[in-house]
Amino acid sequence: MRVVHYLNQFFGGQGGEEAAHLAPHIQDGAIGPGRLLEQVLGADAQVVRTIVVGDNYAAEHVESLSALAVQEVQQCQADLFVAGPCFEAGRYGMAAGALCKAVKAALGIPVITGMVVENPGVDIYRPDIYIVDSGTQVQAMRDVLTTMARLAWKLINNQAIGRPREEGYIPQGILRDDFVEPSAAERLVAMVYAKTTGQPFESEFTPPTFSPVPAPAPVLDLSKARVALVTDGGLVPKGNPDKISPYAATNWGAYDISGLDDLHGEDYEVSHRGYDTRYVEQDPDRLVPVDVLRELEKAGVVGKLHDCFVSTSGLANPLANSRRLGREIAEKLKADGVEAVILTST
Amino acid sequence: MPVAKMVGSNRIVQGGGIVHVLGDADLPQEEEKKLRHDILKRAFDALQHSAENG
Repeated sequence: MRVVHYLNQFFGGQGGEEAAHLAPHIQDGAIGPGRLLEQVLGADAQVVRTIVVGDNYAAEHVESLSALAVQEVQQCQADLFVAGPCFEAGRYGMAAGALCKAVKAALGIPVITGMVVENPGVDIYRPDIYIVDSGTQVQAMRDVLTTMARLAWKLINNQAIGRPREEGYIPQGILRDDFVEPSAAERLVAMVYAKTTGQPFESEFTPPTFSPVPAPAPVLDLSKARVALVTDGGLVPKGNPDKISPYAATNWGAYDISGLDDLHGEDYEVSHRGYDTRYVEQDPDRLVPVDVLRELEKAGVVGKLHDCFVSTSGLANPLANSRRLGREIAEKLKADGVEAVILTST
Repeated sequence: MPVAKMVGSNRIVQGGGIVHVLGDADLPQEEEKKLRHDILKRAFDALQHSAENG
Protein backbone atom coordinates (compact mmCIF):
# COMPACT_ATOMS: atom_id res chain seq x y z
CA MET A 1 0.00 0.00 0.00
CA ARG A 2 1.30 3.42 -1.02
CA VAL A 3 0.75 6.33 1.36
CA VAL A 4 1.25 10.09 1.03
CA HIS A 5 1.65 11.84 4.38
CA TYR A 6 1.11 15.49 5.30
CA LEU A 7 2.96 17.03 8.25
CA ASN A 8 3.44 20.54 9.60
CA GLN A 9 6.88 22.09 10.08
CA PHE A 10 7.13 20.90 13.68
CA PHE A 11 6.37 17.22 13.14
CA GLY A 12 8.24 17.40 9.84
CA GLY A 13 11.42 18.32 11.72
CA GLN A 14 11.79 21.78 10.17
CA GLY A 15 11.45 23.81 13.36
CA GLY A 16 8.90 25.43 15.64
CA GLU A 17 6.93 28.64 15.34
CA GLU A 18 9.89 30.42 13.70
CA ALA A 19 9.51 28.03 10.75
CA ALA A 20 5.73 28.43 10.45
CA HIS A 21 6.12 30.42 7.23
CA LEU A 22 7.77 27.49 5.39
CA ALA A 23 6.55 26.82 1.87
CA PRO A 24 5.78 23.18 0.94
CA HIS A 25 8.77 20.88 1.23
CA ILE A 26 8.21 17.61 -0.58
CA GLN A 27 10.35 14.58 0.05
CA ASP A 28 10.20 10.94 -0.96
CA GLY A 29 9.80 8.51 1.91
CA ALA A 30 8.62 8.84 5.50
CA ILE A 31 9.58 11.54 8.00
CA GLY A 32 9.13 11.51 11.79
CA PRO A 33 5.65 10.21 12.63
CA GLY A 34 5.51 8.79 9.10
CA ARG A 35 8.03 6.09 10.08
CA LEU A 36 5.80 5.06 12.95
CA LEU A 37 2.81 5.16 10.62
CA GLU A 38 4.55 2.68 8.30
CA GLN A 39 5.18 0.36 11.24
CA VAL A 40 1.61 0.36 12.50
CA LEU A 41 0.12 0.04 9.02
CA GLY A 42 2.15 -3.13 8.54
CA ALA A 43 4.82 -4.57 6.30
CA ASP A 44 2.94 -3.97 3.09
CA ALA A 45 2.64 -0.24 3.68
CA GLN A 46 5.07 2.40 2.49
CA VAL A 47 4.99 6.16 2.93
CA VAL A 48 6.15 7.05 -0.55
CA ARG A 49 6.06 10.81 -0.15
CA THR A 50 5.80 13.37 2.64
CA ILE A 51 4.57 16.92 2.27
CA VAL A 52 5.83 19.25 5.01
CA VAL A 53 4.34 22.75 5.22
CA GLY A 54 4.64 25.58 7.76
CA ASP A 55 1.39 26.22 9.64
CA ASN A 56 1.14 29.88 8.66
CA TYR A 57 1.88 29.12 5.04
CA ALA A 58 -0.78 26.41 5.08
CA ALA A 59 -3.35 28.69 6.69
CA GLU A 60 -2.73 31.37 4.08
CA HIS A 61 -2.62 29.09 1.03
CA VAL A 62 -5.25 26.44 1.70
CA GLU A 63 -6.50 26.28 -1.88
CA SER A 64 -3.17 26.01 -3.68
CA LEU A 65 -1.95 23.58 -1.02
CA SER A 66 -5.02 21.40 -1.54
CA ALA A 67 -4.32 21.34 -5.27
CA LEU A 68 -0.70 20.44 -4.57
CA ALA A 69 -1.70 17.56 -2.28
CA VAL A 70 -4.10 16.20 -4.92
CA GLN A 71 -1.34 16.42 -7.52
CA GLU A 72 1.24 14.64 -5.34
CA VAL A 73 -1.15 11.87 -4.35
CA GLN A 74 -2.05 11.35 -7.98
CA GLN A 75 1.57 11.30 -9.14
CA CYS A 76 2.47 8.78 -6.45
CA GLN A 77 -0.56 6.65 -7.31
CA ALA A 78 -1.16 6.47 -3.60
CA ASP A 79 -3.85 4.28 -2.03
CA LEU A 80 -4.14 6.34 1.14
CA PHE A 81 -3.64 9.95 2.22
CA VAL A 82 -2.81 10.59 5.87
CA ALA A 83 -2.59 14.00 7.55
CA GLY A 84 -1.11 14.53 11.00
CA PRO A 85 -2.25 13.63 13.64
CA CYS A 86 -2.55 17.26 14.65
CA PHE A 87 -3.60 17.04 18.34
CA GLU A 88 -4.40 20.59 19.53
CA ALA A 89 -2.65 22.51 16.75
CA GLY A 90 -5.41 24.62 15.18
CA ARG A 91 -3.81 25.81 11.95
CA TYR A 92 -2.41 22.32 11.38
CA GLY A 93 -5.84 20.79 11.97
CA MET A 94 -7.57 23.22 9.62
CA ALA A 95 -5.06 22.47 6.86
CA ALA A 96 -5.14 18.70 7.47
CA GLY A 97 -8.93 18.71 7.22
CA ALA A 98 -8.92 20.79 4.04
CA LEU A 99 -6.30 18.60 2.35
CA CYS A 100 -8.03 15.36 3.31
CA LYS A 101 -11.34 16.65 2.01
CA ALA A 102 -9.77 17.83 -1.25
CA VAL A 103 -7.93 14.56 -1.90
CA LYS A 104 -11.01 12.49 -1.12
CA ALA A 105 -13.21 14.64 -3.38
CA ALA A 106 -10.75 14.72 -6.28
CA LEU A 107 -9.42 11.17 -6.24
CA GLY A 108 -11.87 9.14 -4.18
CA ILE A 109 -9.16 7.35 -2.18
CA PRO A 110 -9.41 6.87 1.61
CA VAL A 111 -8.10 9.77 3.70
CA ILE A 112 -7.60 9.96 7.43
CA THR A 113 -6.40 12.42 10.03
CA GLY A 114 -6.39 12.79 13.80
CA MET A 115 -7.17 15.74 16.12
CA VAL A 116 -8.47 16.52 19.55
CA VAL A 117 -12.22 17.25 19.56
CA GLU A 118 -11.65 20.96 20.33
CA ASN A 119 -9.40 21.48 17.30
CA PRO A 120 -11.15 24.01 14.99
CA GLY A 121 -10.54 21.64 12.07
CA VAL A 122 -12.93 19.13 13.65
CA ASP A 123 -15.97 21.33 13.51
CA ILE A 124 -15.56 22.12 9.84
CA TYR A 125 -14.34 18.82 8.41
CA ARG A 126 -15.82 16.02 10.48
CA PRO A 127 -18.92 15.63 8.30
CA ASP A 128 -16.67 14.93 5.30
CA ILE A 129 -13.81 12.82 6.60
CA TYR A 130 -12.85 10.42 9.37
CA ILE A 131 -10.98 12.26 12.12
CA VAL A 132 -9.54 10.02 14.82
CA ASP A 133 -9.82 11.46 18.32
CA SER A 134 -6.16 12.07 19.16
CA GLY A 135 -6.59 13.59 22.61
CA THR A 136 -4.12 16.31 23.56
CA GLN A 137 -1.07 14.22 24.44
CA VAL A 138 1.55 14.03 21.72
CA GLN A 139 3.17 11.15 23.66
CA ALA A 140 0.19 9.04 22.61
CA MET A 141 1.37 9.26 18.99
CA ARG A 142 1.74 5.49 18.58
CA ASP A 143 -1.75 4.77 19.93
CA VAL A 144 -3.30 7.48 17.77
CA LEU A 145 -1.51 6.25 14.64
CA THR A 146 -2.55 2.67 15.46
CA THR A 147 -6.21 3.72 15.59
CA MET A 148 -5.79 5.70 12.37
CA ALA A 149 -4.13 2.72 10.68
CA ARG A 150 -6.87 0.31 11.74
CA LEU A 151 -9.55 2.60 10.37
CA ALA A 152 -7.52 3.25 7.21
CA TRP A 153 -7.29 -0.47 6.45
CA LYS A 154 -11.05 -0.82 6.88
CA LEU A 155 -11.62 2.05 4.47
CA ILE A 156 -9.20 0.60 1.94
CA ASN A 157 -10.81 -2.85 2.15
CA ASN A 158 -14.30 -1.35 1.94
CA GLN A 159 -15.22 -2.89 5.27
CA ALA A 160 -18.18 -1.61 7.25
CA ILE A 161 -17.17 1.18 9.63
CA GLY A 162 -18.53 0.80 13.16
CA ARG A 163 -19.73 3.47 15.53
CA PRO A 164 -17.40 6.36 16.41
CA ARG A 165 -16.76 5.00 19.90
CA GLU A 166 -15.86 1.54 18.60
CA GLU A 167 -13.54 2.79 15.88
CA GLY A 168 -12.07 5.78 17.72
CA TYR A 169 -13.12 8.53 15.33
CA ILE A 170 -14.99 11.75 16.13
CA PRO A 171 -18.76 11.52 15.44
CA GLN A 172 -19.69 12.83 12.01
CA GLY A 173 -23.26 13.68 12.91
CA ILE A 174 -24.67 10.73 10.96
CA LEU A 175 -27.74 8.89 12.24
CA ARG A 176 -27.96 5.28 11.09
CA ASP A 177 -30.84 2.87 11.60
CA ASP A 178 -29.93 -0.14 13.65
CA PHE A 179 -31.91 -3.18 14.81
CA VAL A 180 -31.58 -3.96 18.50
CA GLU A 181 -33.26 -6.67 20.51
CA PRO A 182 -34.61 -4.93 23.66
CA SER A 183 -37.44 -2.45 23.03
CA ALA A 184 -36.99 1.30 23.59
CA ALA A 185 -38.98 1.01 26.84
CA GLU A 186 -36.73 -1.76 28.14
CA ARG A 187 -33.58 0.15 27.21
CA LEU A 188 -34.89 3.30 28.83
CA VAL A 189 -35.80 1.57 32.10
CA ALA A 190 -32.38 -0.08 32.14
CA MET A 191 -30.71 3.34 31.69
CA VAL A 192 -32.82 4.97 34.40
CA TYR A 193 -32.02 2.07 36.71
CA ALA A 194 -28.30 2.36 35.97
CA LYS A 195 -28.41 6.10 36.49
CA THR A 196 -30.25 5.95 39.82
CA THR A 197 -28.00 3.20 41.17
CA GLY A 198 -24.83 4.97 40.07
CA GLN A 199 -23.92 2.44 37.36
CA PRO A 200 -22.38 3.52 34.06
CA PHE A 201 -24.72 3.75 31.08
CA GLU A 202 -24.57 5.13 27.59
CA SER A 203 -27.22 7.56 26.40
CA GLU A 204 -28.58 7.01 22.90
CA PHE A 205 -28.95 10.72 22.39
CA THR A 206 -25.92 12.97 22.23
CA PRO A 207 -26.72 16.66 22.49
CA PRO A 208 -24.98 18.85 19.92
CA THR A 209 -21.81 20.58 21.01
CA PHE A 210 -20.99 24.17 20.21
CA SER A 211 -17.42 25.20 19.69
CA PRO A 212 -16.32 28.60 21.00
CA VAL A 213 -17.08 31.57 18.75
CA PRO A 214 -14.26 34.14 18.72
CA ALA A 215 -15.68 37.63 19.30
CA PRO A 216 -15.32 39.94 16.29
CA ALA A 217 -13.57 43.24 17.05
CA PRO A 218 -15.79 46.23 17.88
CA VAL A 219 -16.90 48.61 15.14
CA LEU A 220 -14.55 51.58 15.42
CA ASP A 221 -16.71 54.25 13.83
CA LEU A 222 -20.36 53.36 13.43
CA SER A 223 -21.08 56.66 11.68
CA LYS A 224 -18.97 55.43 8.76
CA ALA A 225 -19.96 51.76 8.88
CA ARG A 226 -22.23 49.90 6.49
CA VAL A 227 -24.79 48.04 8.58
CA ALA A 228 -26.91 45.14 7.35
CA LEU A 229 -30.08 43.63 8.76
CA VAL A 230 -30.29 39.84 8.91
CA THR A 231 -33.08 37.75 10.38
CA ASP A 232 -33.91 34.10 10.98
CA GLY A 233 -37.57 35.05 11.46
CA GLY A 234 -38.53 34.22 7.88
CA LEU A 235 -39.60 37.63 6.51
CA VAL A 236 -39.86 37.42 2.71
CA PRO A 237 -41.51 39.50 -0.02
CA LYS A 238 -45.08 38.48 -0.90
CA GLY A 239 -45.03 35.23 -2.85
CA ASN A 240 -41.80 34.01 -1.18
CA PRO A 241 -39.71 34.31 -4.38
CA ASP A 242 -36.85 32.09 -3.14
CA LYS A 243 -39.26 29.47 -1.77
CA ILE A 244 -37.65 29.55 1.67
CA SER A 245 -39.10 26.64 3.61
CA PRO A 246 -40.98 27.54 6.84
CA TYR A 247 -38.99 24.86 8.68
CA ALA A 248 -35.57 23.24 8.14
CA ALA A 249 -34.84 25.88 5.51
CA THR A 250 -31.99 25.07 3.15
CA ASN A 251 -31.58 28.52 1.63
CA TRP A 252 -31.73 32.23 2.38
CA GLY A 253 -32.71 35.31 0.42
CA ALA A 254 -31.48 38.89 0.08
CA TYR A 255 -34.19 41.46 -0.51
CA ASP A 256 -33.78 44.99 -1.77
CA ILE A 257 -34.75 47.80 0.60
CA SER A 258 -32.91 50.67 -1.10
CA GLY A 259 -35.11 53.75 -1.09
CA LEU A 260 -37.52 52.31 1.48
CA ASP A 261 -38.10 54.23 4.73
CA ASP A 262 -40.53 51.74 6.19
CA LEU A 263 -41.68 48.17 5.52
CA HIS A 264 -45.38 47.60 4.95
CA GLY A 265 -47.24 44.44 5.85
CA GLU A 266 -48.98 44.20 2.48
CA ASP A 267 -45.64 43.77 0.69
CA TYR A 268 -44.32 40.92 2.83
CA GLU A 269 -45.17 37.56 4.34
CA VAL A 270 -43.47 35.31 6.88
CA SER A 271 -42.24 31.80 6.09
CA HIS A 272 -41.73 30.37 9.57
CA ARG A 273 -43.84 27.83 11.45
CA GLY A 274 -42.26 28.30 14.84
CA TYR A 275 -43.97 31.45 16.16
CA ASP A 276 -47.15 33.47 15.80
CA THR A 277 -46.27 35.54 12.76
CA ARG A 278 -49.29 37.89 12.75
CA TYR A 279 -47.53 40.77 14.49
CA VAL A 280 -44.64 40.79 12.05
CA GLU A 281 -47.02 40.48 9.12
CA GLN A 282 -48.89 43.54 10.44
CA ASP A 283 -45.67 45.53 10.60
CA PRO A 284 -42.44 43.90 9.29
CA ASP A 285 -40.36 46.61 11.03
CA ARG A 286 -41.01 44.61 14.20
CA LEU A 287 -38.59 42.02 12.82
CA VAL A 288 -36.51 43.93 10.26
CA PRO A 289 -36.38 47.46 11.68
CA VAL A 290 -35.88 49.43 8.49
CA ASP A 291 -37.91 52.43 9.72
CA VAL A 292 -35.72 53.25 12.72
CA LEU A 293 -32.48 52.32 10.98
CA ARG A 294 -33.28 54.65 8.11
CA GLU A 295 -33.78 57.45 10.64
CA LEU A 296 -30.47 56.59 12.32
CA GLU A 297 -28.80 56.62 8.91
CA LYS A 298 -30.22 60.07 8.15
CA ALA A 299 -29.14 61.31 11.59
CA GLY A 300 -25.60 60.06 10.89
CA VAL A 301 -25.56 57.51 13.72
CA VAL A 302 -24.80 54.74 11.24
CA GLY A 303 -22.94 55.26 7.99
CA LYS A 304 -25.18 53.36 5.63
CA LEU A 305 -28.02 50.90 5.87
CA HIS A 306 -27.12 48.08 3.48
CA ASP A 307 -29.30 47.97 0.37
CA CYS A 308 -30.75 44.58 1.11
CA PHE A 309 -31.77 42.61 4.16
CA VAL A 310 -31.05 38.90 4.41
CA SER A 311 -33.63 36.43 5.65
CA THR A 312 -34.03 32.74 6.32
CA SER A 313 -36.21 30.62 8.54
CA GLY A 314 -34.54 29.38 11.71
CA LEU A 315 -36.70 26.47 12.73
CA ALA A 316 -35.99 22.75 13.21
CA ASN A 317 -32.79 23.16 11.27
CA PRO A 318 -29.93 20.68 11.62
CA LEU A 319 -26.86 22.39 13.03
CA ALA A 320 -24.66 21.58 10.04
CA ASN A 321 -27.20 23.20 7.76
CA SER A 322 -27.51 26.32 9.93
CA ARG A 323 -23.74 26.64 9.91
CA ARG A 324 -23.64 26.48 6.14
CA LEU A 325 -26.37 29.13 5.84
CA GLY A 326 -24.47 31.35 8.29
CA ARG A 327 -21.21 30.95 6.39
CA GLU A 328 -22.86 31.75 3.06
CA ILE A 329 -24.61 34.83 4.43
CA ALA A 330 -21.40 36.08 6.09
CA GLU A 331 -19.45 35.59 2.86
CA LYS A 332 -22.01 37.55 0.86
CA LEU A 333 -22.16 40.43 3.34
CA LYS A 334 -18.37 40.64 3.63
CA ALA A 335 -18.11 40.77 -0.15
CA ASP A 336 -20.68 43.59 -0.10
CA GLY A 337 -18.48 45.60 2.29
CA VAL A 338 -20.79 45.26 5.30
CA GLU A 339 -18.99 46.00 8.60
CA ALA A 340 -21.71 45.30 11.14
CA VAL A 341 -24.84 43.18 11.30
CA ILE A 342 -27.96 43.33 13.42
CA LEU A 343 -29.36 39.80 13.43
CA THR A 344 -32.90 39.57 14.74
CA SER A 345 -33.84 36.11 15.93
CA THR A 346 -37.32 34.90 16.80
CA MET B 1 -31.57 34.60 24.99
CA PRO B 2 -30.81 31.10 26.30
CA VAL B 3 -30.39 29.76 22.76
CA ALA B 4 -28.22 32.69 21.71
CA LYS B 5 -26.01 32.06 24.74
CA MET B 6 -25.89 28.31 24.18
CA VAL B 7 -24.61 28.63 20.64
CA GLY B 8 -21.92 31.10 21.73
CA SER B 9 -23.15 34.44 20.37
CA ASN B 10 -20.82 37.22 21.50
CA ARG B 11 -23.13 40.21 21.57
CA ILE B 12 -26.71 39.59 22.66
CA VAL B 13 -29.43 42.18 23.23
CA GLN B 14 -32.80 41.24 24.71
CA GLY B 15 -35.59 42.11 22.28
CA GLY B 16 -39.32 42.60 22.73
CA GLY B 17 -40.21 38.92 22.70
CA ILE B 18 -40.31 36.16 20.13
CA VAL B 19 -43.37 37.35 18.20
CA HIS B 20 -42.07 40.90 17.77
CA VAL B 21 -38.34 41.04 18.47
CA LEU B 22 -38.10 44.74 17.61
CA GLY B 23 -41.47 45.92 18.88
CA ASP B 24 -44.43 45.41 21.17
CA ALA B 25 -47.88 45.10 19.64
CA ASP B 26 -49.52 46.33 22.89
CA LEU B 27 -47.90 49.77 22.68
CA PRO B 28 -49.20 52.77 20.72
CA GLN B 29 -47.30 53.18 17.46
CA GLU B 30 -45.06 56.04 18.57
CA GLU B 31 -44.07 54.31 21.80
CA GLU B 32 -43.42 51.09 19.94
CA LYS B 33 -41.09 52.91 17.59
CA LYS B 34 -39.28 54.41 20.56
CA LEU B 35 -38.86 50.91 22.00
CA ARG B 36 -37.44 49.76 18.66
CA HIS B 37 -35.06 52.69 18.75
CA ASP B 38 -33.93 51.80 22.29
CA ILE B 39 -33.29 48.15 21.45
CA LEU B 40 -31.26 49.14 18.41
CA LYS B 41 -29.31 51.67 20.43
CA ARG B 42 -28.33 48.89 22.85
CA ALA B 43 -27.33 46.73 19.89
CA PHE B 44 -25.13 49.50 18.48
CA ASP B 45 -23.57 50.06 21.91
CA ALA B 46 -22.70 46.35 22.01
CA LEU B 47 -21.22 46.49 18.50
CA GLN B 48 -18.90 49.34 19.54
CA HIS B 49 -17.54 47.56 22.60
CA SER B 50 -15.25 44.55 22.96
CA ALA B 51 -17.01 41.28 23.61
CA GLU B 52 -15.94 38.02 25.20
CA ASN B 53 -15.49 34.89 23.17
CA GLY B 54 -18.67 32.87 23.12
